[in-house]
Amino acid sequence: MNHATLAAEFVRNRPRAHWHDTALWFVRAKRDKAVHSLPEWETLRETASAIKLHTISHLAEYLEQFERQATALGATVHWACDAAEHNQIVLDILRQHGVKKLVKSKSMLTEECHLNPYLERHGIEVTDTDLGERIVQLDRKPPSHIVMPAIHMKKEEIGELFHKHLQSAAGATDPQYLAEVARQHLRHKFMEADAGLTGVNFAVAETGGFVVCTNEGNADLGVSLPKLHIACMGIEKLIPRAKDLGVFLRLLARSATGQPITAYSSHFHGPRLGGELHIVIVDNGRSQLLASGEFRGSLKCIRCGACMNTCPVYRRSGGHSYENTVPGPIGSILAPARDPQHYYSLPYACSLCGSCTDVCPVKIDIHHQLLTWRRELAVHGHLPWTKRFSMKLASIVLRTTWLYGLMGNMGRWALRNFPRWLVYNRLNAWGRQRELPPAPRRSFRQLYQEHYGRTTTAGTSPQPGGNSVGDSQSSTSRH
Amino acid sequence: MPLVALFIPCYIDQLYPQVGLATCELLKRLDVTFEFPVEQTCCGQPMANTGCTEDARPLAEKFLRIFKDFEYVVAPSGSCVAMVRQHYDEYFHGRPEYADFQKLKAKTFELCEFLTDVLHVEKLQGQFPYRVGLHQSCHGLRELRLASDTELVGKSYNKVRSLLEMIEGVQIVQLQRPDECCGFGGTFAVNEEAVSCMMGEDRIYDHEQAGTQVLTANDMSCLMHLEGLIRRQKKPMRVMHIAEILAGGDV
Ligand code: SF4
Repeated sequence: MNHATLAAEFVRNRPRAHWHDTALWFVRAKRDKAVHSLPEWETLRETASAIKLHTISHLAEYLEQFERQATALGATVHWACDAAEHNQIVLDILRQHGVKKLVKSKSMLTEECHLNPYLERHGIEVTDTDLGERIVQLDRKPPSHIVMPAIHMKKEEIGELFHKHLQSAAGATDPQYLAEVARQHLRHKFMEADAGLTGVNFAVAETGGFVVCTNEGNADLGVSLPKLHIACMGIEKLIPRAKDLGVFLRLLARSATGQPITAYSSHFHGPRLGGELHIVIVDNGRSQLLASGEFRGSLKCIRCGACMNTCPVYRRSGGHSYENTVPGPIGSILAPARDPQHYYSLPYACSLCGSCTDVCPVKIDIHHQLLTWRRELAVHGHLPWTKRFSMKLASIVLRTTWLYGLMGNMGRWALRNFPRWLVYNRLNAWGRQRELPPAPRRSFRQLYQEHYGRTTTAGTSPQPGGNSVGDSQSSTSRH
Repeated sequence: MPLVALFIPCYIDQLYPQVGLATCELLKRLDVTFEFPVEQTCCGQPMANTGCTEDARPLAEKFLRIFKDFEYVVAPSGSCVAMVRQHYDEYFHGRPEYADFQKLKAKTFELCEFLTDVLHVEKLQGQFPYRVGLHQSCHGLRELRLASDTELVGKSYNKVRSLLEMIEGVQIVQLQRPDECCGFGGTFAVNEEAVSCMMGEDRIYDHEQAGTQVLTANDMSCLMHLEGLIRRQKKPMRVMHIAEILAGGDV
């Protein structure tokens, strides 16, 4: 479906849309405060962007280095070219170990690969252990935000959901109580689990280690009891050196939630004593982005979610309106790369305000890339013909000055004289909730002639060289 | 005094001629010699922003042809100037006109920017005893950097506001979200009508809370959208382009 349609549905429930907007704006305001306390913020962004750009330009070498180092530490590295292969690899590992129950900390990559339903189909119980993830898992909906997966749900709804699934008290809405209920429930899941799966925030090529950032410590809990740890990462998660981590850890939490640092930044270097560590490195379309040139920069993304929180469209249309694991501005770049036909409307779900570009900690020129996407989509014929046609028509009118003047006069006359129903009908999307501007009798160019015109300065004017065919008033006058 | 070519964007020409006239009046007061090349129409932004680059190209070429020989090009519109400065490159890249375009780009200014950066205006005559709400239009803000925004860390400045403050009696209101988008966004206003209108409503609400009597901006397009909502909902708020206030206009 088209973003505008889903967004309109979300916006129709005005109080809810307002509530959603306010909740996310709160996070963005918190982020602003946190970053403004660091005078070196822009230098950090610059550095992070340079490191990431360097890494993705030498990705093959760094991936190989990472594999060597991780293997030396005792981990097993697997490579998956797409989602299907990723899921298969994970299932195989689980089967080899006879795993029945898996606990999973937050990983957008496994969401992207739809790992949960796949494993469930194969008889494995998967429990998301991040609180937000667990909520949307119980609700059987996809996350609506990459950092705050259940940001679209009110506490009353969560209370109801927990009452139904976790036997919490009916009507309970106190966040502290509900969090406690979830904690007790998850504790059981942690105890029973045969294996733990985590995502990866940063993988360090130099050391072969990786870092997982959480606020709930659930990643650590998930991999502490079971002997088997599987970590899934996209190929873009690499950074070259351990000392680069300082830059990214400072940027990530501030951008994501306005915290100086996430509560837990857990470092993993090889398997725990007597255990096994499997790292699954996934491409799933990323190397295509890398090759594209135009959208390569989007691979710098560290998935902080700041562009979502700041995006005025995301805040008012909700994450589900994007129908993609990664919603919002960055998702609108990533999604069409995988399926332009299906996601053609996402680059248009943007007012080009540019806030995402300025907020992005790794300086991805997000709104410019969205504009580039629009061009790509138009060139490849994914744009509805009505749009293409109207733009062609506008171009023809605007390139011919006399025709533009004529159409302008006719348009203004029509606006002044047509009955209201003829102007404000169903085809006029502008006029649904807005008045059109009052049409003046004369255009600026006509008034200019009256106020300043009539004095031809031909010969002294700097020969604009334009051809003004059919324009009787092509003289320019100087004031 | 420099010779300035006025670029009056198509929708101002057709729908808001008073903004063009106010621009002339303002420049006249500042002793600027200007003219209005009549062949001009539109910068091509609607097509370019829809992705129909090839439909915008002839307009970029036309723009260059008309304006290249002037000392300065000045437009009362941040977003049209941003189109020229940030997005025309691709039309001229690798072509013989590229050098000409680079020169044109460097001398094309948004009106407020021209006043502060080229003319170095330090005082303006005029009285405007109202509570004024300044809408920071996004293209002026984040593409032309006419003011610092809340996302970036650095020294805070505001060229547009500094001009408004020169007018006697102007009281600039304090907004909750000083640089949030109004939701116009060109064809976005029609494509994503629902979100666009909600964004506009939220902007207006912020101004109502702050006590805005006159809502102003340096982009008439944002104001066209906001005014459309204000008039439909019959709210008691006036909308004026900043040129009208700076030129000594009154409500
Ligand atoms: S694009 Fe930038 S702001 Fe958005 S999630 Fe990625 S790193 Fe964060």
